[in-house]
Amino acid sequence: MALAHPQLDSDGQLRHFLDLDGLSREMLTTILDTAEGFAPLGARKVQTVPLLRGRTVANLFFENSTRTRTAFELAAKRLSADVLNIDLVSSSTAKGESLLDTLRVLESLQCDMFIVRHAQSGAARFIARHVAPDITVVNGGDGQHAHPTQGMLDMFTIRRHKGNFESLVVVLIGDIRHSRVARSDLAALRTLGAGEVRVVGPRTLVPAEVESLGARLVPRLDDALVGADVIMGLRLQRERMQGAKVPSSGEFFRHYGLSAERLSLAKPDAIVMHPGPTNRGVEIAADVADSPQSVILEQVTAGLAVRMAVMSMVLGARSGAPL
Amino acid sequence: MTVHSADTVDSWVDAMIDPLDKLLQLAPDAGLIGIRKGGVSIAKRLHERLQPSSPLGELDIAFYRDDFAQIGLHPVVGPSLVPFSVDNKTIILIDDVLASGRTVRAAMNEIFDYGRPARIVLAVLVQRAGHELPIRADIIGTQLDVPPDSYIDFDPATGAVIVGTR
Repeated sequence: MALAHPQLDSDGQLRHFLDLDGLSREMLTTILDTAEGFAPLGARKVQTVPLLRGRTVANLFFENSTRTRTAFELAAKRLSADVLNIDLVSSSTAKGESLLDTLRVLESLQCDMFIVRHAQSGAARFIARHVAPDITVVNGGDGQHAHPTQGMLDMFTIRRHKGNFESLVVVLIGDIRHSRVARSDLAALRTLGAGEVRVVGPRTLVPAEVESLGARLVPRLDDALVGADVIMGLRLQRERMQGAKVPSSGEFFRHYGLSAERLSLAKPDAIVMHPGPTNRGVEIAADVADSPQSVILEQVTAGLAVRMAVMSMVLGARSGAPL
Repeated sequence: MTVHSADTVDSWVDAMIDPLDKLLQLAPDAGLIGIRKGGVSIAKRLHERLQPSSPLGELDIAFYRDDFAQIGLHPVVGPSLVPFSVDNKTIILIDDVLASGRTVRAAMNEIFDYGRPARIVLAVLVQRAGHELPIRADIIGTQLDVPPDSYIDFDPATGAVIVGTR
């Protein structure tokens, strides 16, 4: 028997949502199309729909993140689910046996979905492998591995502005090495057939493997920006850098910061993205972050529709046999 | 399998015009809303013929269906579009076939998330037996009496209605 797919059920439906790598272009497109259906709900008097009424979503955050937790919580509430926020950061032994014990306790509380955020790469997949068969797991960011809902909200924002991916030149700037967002974006851009993906950043923060992810390493930011349609800044993740050689903030901005002058090298209708929180004057100049070309706040709004789409798809996929 | 031709279906649509016209004289600002997909096609034809003051609305009830727990999320054809305020307004809800009434229930739930209409009138091209809820159409194109195990499909592409057995 073939090894069960980590994210799909026997009918090919989304069962867990752990990683964009391994999902087909059709699946990613279905997620984006479903999110388009949820997006207009924000303009209504009542912004909730009854899809997940009576279901319980547990936010399992082993790592602090107010923004992502809030985004998942609001998306679940817009779907009429009940939400449990479980702070596991302070739990010092949140791994191994005790992690499994934690899962058993949460399963006993009849939760339907775990949103997992963890500092260790592979944590969401580990949990998905060990939960009861009626529980679905969504990765809210694991270590330096993946942040698939962020990747999809980035794709949603790009598709809304540019329509398609085939003809696009996309530039990722900065700390690729520590960025799970970059990994999910690169996986999605490759699957969706982006025309050209360029990566630029300090040598110490750009792993050589980006070339195997379908991106081209460009040494100088000015060269990378020429003719760009989409420019994605990444947060300098100082908390993940253990002894890595990092330039000072000022030096980083001089070489890799997105200034208005540099932005003018890109296409006039290029969009500027950033997963937040932005370090103004480090990765991006304040006037660029606030410029009409910046879609940073649109990304936040898109995150709601995309997370609603993913949550309703994984909880709906129940027709097939359990894994 | 029985095929009701586009001409026959046209005559059913004709039968809906007169009562809808009377309704619009009493409530000139009434809003027509079609349920995707078949209902929107019927609603478009009625809207063109009646020329009411309100633009046409479209509902996709995928987020309101009561079978999510059984079969999951239905493909979303597109976002619902209600280009007017439903508050204190007469809403004419339009679908192609009324059978169990579950689609209409879902559509009404969705309408109430846009506001509080003065009243909702249900107009369908075909009403058949098989009600599972206390929902009946106010205006119908025709009534088809078919066995419980048969289906009735309106095909927007050809304008015909097909009756068959699964």
